[in-house]
Amino acid sequence: MKKTVACAILMALFLTGCGGNSSPADDGSTGSGDGGGKRVVNVCSWGEYIDEDLIYQFEEETGIKVNYQTAESNEALYSLLKTGAGDYDVIVPSDYMIARLIEEDMLAELNYDNIPNYAKIDDQYKGLSYDPENRYTVPYTWGTLGIIYNSTMVDEEITSWDAMFDEKYAGQVLMIRNSRDALAAALLDLGYDINTTDEAQIREAYELLADAKEKGVYQAFVMDEIFGKMEGGNAAISMYYAGDYLTMLENNPDLKFVVPEEGSNWFVDAMCVLKSAQHKEEAEAWINFIAGTEANLANMDYIWYASPNAEALEQYPAYYEETYGEPLDEELYNIMAAPKDVLDRCTLYENLPAETLTLYNDLWTELGI
Amino acid sequence: MKRKLSFLSIPYVIWMALFVVAPIIMVVIYAFSTADGGFTLANFARMGTYTVVFTRSFKLALIATLICLVIGYPVSYLMSREGPRFQRIAMVLIMLPMWMNFLLRTYSWMALLENNGLLNQLFQNIGLIDLYNRIFGTNLTFFRMINTQGAVVLGMVYNYLPFMILPIYSVIVKLDHNLLEAARDLGANSFQVFRRVILPLSLPGVLSGITMVFVPSVSTFAISKMLGGGTELLLGDLIEQQFLGGAYNPQLGAAISLVMMVIVVICMWIMNRFGEGEEQAVMM
Repeated sequence: MKKTVACAILMALFLTGCGGNSSPADDGSTGSGDGGGKRVVNVCSWGEYIDEDLIYQFEEETGIKVNYQTAESNEALYSLLKTGAGDYDVIVPSDYMIARLIEEDMLAELNYDNIPNYAKIDDQYKGLSYDPENRYTVPYTWGTLGIIYNSTMVDEEITSWDAMFDEKYAGQVLMIRNSRDALAAALLDLGYDINTTDEAQIREAYELLADAKEKGVYQAFVMDEIFGKMEGGNAAISMYYAGDYLTMLENNPDLKFVVPEEGSNWFVDAMCVLKSAQHKEEAEAWINFIAGTEANLANMDYIWYASPNAEALEQYPAYYEETYGEPLDEELYNIMAAPKDVLDRCTLYENLPAETLTLYNDLWTELGI
Repeated sequence: MKRKLSFLSIPYVIWMALFVVAPIIMVVIYAFSTADGGFTLANFARMGTYTVVFTRSFKLALIATLICLVIGYPVSYLMSREGPRFQRIAMVLIMLPMWMNFLLRTYSWMALLENNGLLNQLFQNIGLIDLYNRIFGTNLTFFRMINTQGAVVLGMVYNYLPFMILPIYSVIVKLDHNLLEAARDLGANSFQVFRRVILPLSLPGVLSGITMVFVPSVSTFAISKMLGGGTELLLGDLIEQQFLGGAYNPQLGAAISLVMMVIVVICMWIMNRFGEGEEQAVMM
């Protein structure tokens, strides 16, 4: 018995030793070995974030097999990449996470010669703060963060972030379970910049949030549980992304969406190739395919997030009318693809310095205690 | 004979080493490291901040375990006294919910307990809410059930109750009936038979039942997130946040996990002292 225990511990030590030292080197050296076999590309995106027919279409056209996986959030993706568990070629993180990955030297520069469809991406979505020189990314979708409310449960038109902190709506509000977005709502309500690193401002925003929680404003802190709760009329007010609002609207026509007057966050999710990618060529073929107008139209119709492809964005109303036999409500189109005046009051998230991220995390934990 | 057996245990020993011992060692290493790999105790210094989360988690898990015991013991006892046909059917009914995915089951509870959910609609339609309002002079449109600690406990009890019933049942059903007869022959009434014979002999089952309910309850995060509304963190949430939250801090996550494991082991050790002498009383 003693012997087996000793054996087990030895083995475990040996194994952990391995894990610690040799994995990065291994990843690098095995990279070039598998050129002769079947062509593959490993993609990691978000759940329900693609029209899956596109995957089959791409496989048929190119003969490249797509391993399509999903991660739950930018942070979960980051964790997968850091632990070495995620063996991906293409990922689709959001702006601030792209900045962080670039900073940590985890992304490969793209060869845009292999991605001719990049030319179709509107200039508005190029040269943004996370990739100012356009070396690493091809935008996938974009959208806005806003307030979703049930017009039968509130008796006023909501236009301000105040609603997320108002005692009047005690027990009726769903706060987002994501420190960045939740604190952004509070920062915006106070008139501060969502990318501020000023500790006093962040603490003030936290106080606003904690005070509202103390007063019982929040029914719950939610992420995707929001769909069931808002669709079922279980809560009056919440905040989430425009594309998801459109999905909820199909099940509950009383829901309304607003980008508050104080401004909001707008985000871009973009395709990137990891430095450790073993199928760079295939990865670029995939990115080029997805950046094309047809793929963007199909995606836009399926996930209700706006496309960065100028042609697709312009053609979508016509595409909708042709597919469904009725014209697309202009109001809905403007929610999906926010017009310039709305976008002007929105800001992209930037990657925050480590101290600020730690502050966010500590405050967020404090809120839950 | 002995040799053959140890040969057969090799796959399991390898399994244990790979997936039980090695991860625990990694947790320990992480818990004592800084982000650059140096040695530190700082991760534990922060533990004081989380006292509330620890007590909340242990409190809720304890309540859930007690409820499971109070419900589970009589069920196991009565079941074991019925005929084999009844036992089989009862067993299937107890196991049936477990054939469904855990998350799906918990998700269904969300739909039941929501403010505008099925139960509240039922109460509304049968006039229960009106009645309550008239008696207490309140003005409710629904009973608040979801997003409370009660809902979290309910979720734990619902999901882990079979883990209490099964070990107790399997111990009681194997009790030697001669012992019970002997006790009666010696003049014990039925309460005494239960108190002096059945209860002590079923203690190993109770102890493993408690372990099997308490341990997953104390570390759950899905239940608290879905039924508790995420307003009050439990240990599972706190640990998850260190890995999947905004500030990626696996070292702190490992430290919290380690402290939790140590507390659980101490709890189990104390509990097993009560079952001293009952050789079968294993810690799972």
